[in-house]
Amino acid sequence: MHPQRKQRLIVVLLIVFGTGIAVALASFALRENINLFYPPAEIAAGKAPVGKQIRAGGMVLVGSIKRDPNSLRVDFVVTDYDAKVPVVYTGILPDLFDEGQGVVASGKLDSNGIFQATEVLAKHDENYMPPEVQSALDAATKTAE
Amino acid sequence: MGSPRWYYQISGQWLPWIAIVTVSLLVVGSIWGLAIAPMDFRQGNSYRIIYIHVPSVFVAMSGYMVMAIAAAITLIWKMKLAEVVMKCCAPIGAGMTFIALLSGSLWGKPTWGTYWVWDARLTSVLILFFLYLGVIALYEAFEDNISASKACAILSLVGSVNIPIIHWSVEWWNSLHQPATLKLTEESTMHPDMLYPLLIMIAGLYCLFALLLLLHTRSEILVRERGTKWVKELIAAK
Repeated sequence: MHPQRKQRLIVVLLIVFGTGIAVALASFALRENINLFYPPAEIAAGKAPVGKQIRAGGMVLVGSIKRDPNSLRVDFVVTDYDAKVPVVYTGILPDLFDEGQGVVASGKLDSNGIFQATEVLAKHDENYMPPEVQSALDAATKTAE
Repeated sequence: MGSPRWYYQISGQWLPWIAIVTVSLLVVGSIWGLAIAPMDFRQGNSYRIIYIHVPSVFVAMSGYMVMAIAAAITLIWKMKLAEVVMKCCAPIGAGMTFIALLSGSLWGKPTWGTYWVWDARLTSVLILFFLYLGVIALYEAFEDNISASKACAILSLVGSVNIPIIHWSVEWWNSLHQPATLKLTEESTMHPDMLYPLLIMIAGLYCLFALLLLLHTRSEILVRERGTKWVKELIAAK
């Protein structure tokens, strides 16, 4: 390779790797802010601030949803199968909100360790299949049980 | 080889073929994906936005890689053709990123319950959109092509760091966006009846990118080479 081009190649590589390292360091330092939510394990361990607007994310524990018959209040438990955080929310839930499904709730953690949510978003997974396949799968699990 | 004139001639021969392939892939993929593919067991029909969302993100990210590689060639070898390709990638990529953001936002409302959330995936794709716009704006800020290309090449290279961040953002950080459905090394987590039209749409959008890039680079070359003999002969012949 021509020495001048070789020098330019080195400059190009320096630009790419230099910015790469800079961005990696910056995003590592800011990782707490880049994470969208706290998993229940961190909330239970006291790593999440109390009384500050935060987000909690995980799975809705099966059998934990309690709907108030007189209002829009919903109580449920968010878990990461490691720890559990009780959530209270009053409002309209997204269609995909269900037991055993992912959610991201934003709100404040009160001093009793209950998460007072002001917004609940549904987090869906990366699996896509037709309804018939899902019912066939459910039937197969039932026979196996 | 590699001269603008050679490229203009050879790309003219490819153009009709790529156009035919693009149109047929997009027509087949859209009809299959929107009308024939089955509904999703959880999301119902709203998941069909995937047939435009995922292909447009793929092309937006690959388009950036094409632009960054052309930028490296521009800086190292000072190749005219690479300069043109780099400049022409930006508006097409910006358009694709805009489609990806818009379709994703419209998909987010019925599934997540919100149009937008500042999670790592969504934010890094928004940065990609701004990088494309930045390259376009920076190019226009210079009077001469040489300085413009040099500045844009550096910006493109700096921004290329964002591409792996977009790809791994859903694994490195907690996000609302779900992890990837299509994987290179593992089996995809999508039923084959839904997957085939998606793959056709991805191929179709890649071809559309190639087609738009060819058309845009060809017109850009004519503008730049307007003083040369071959372009004058071309115009005289028309």
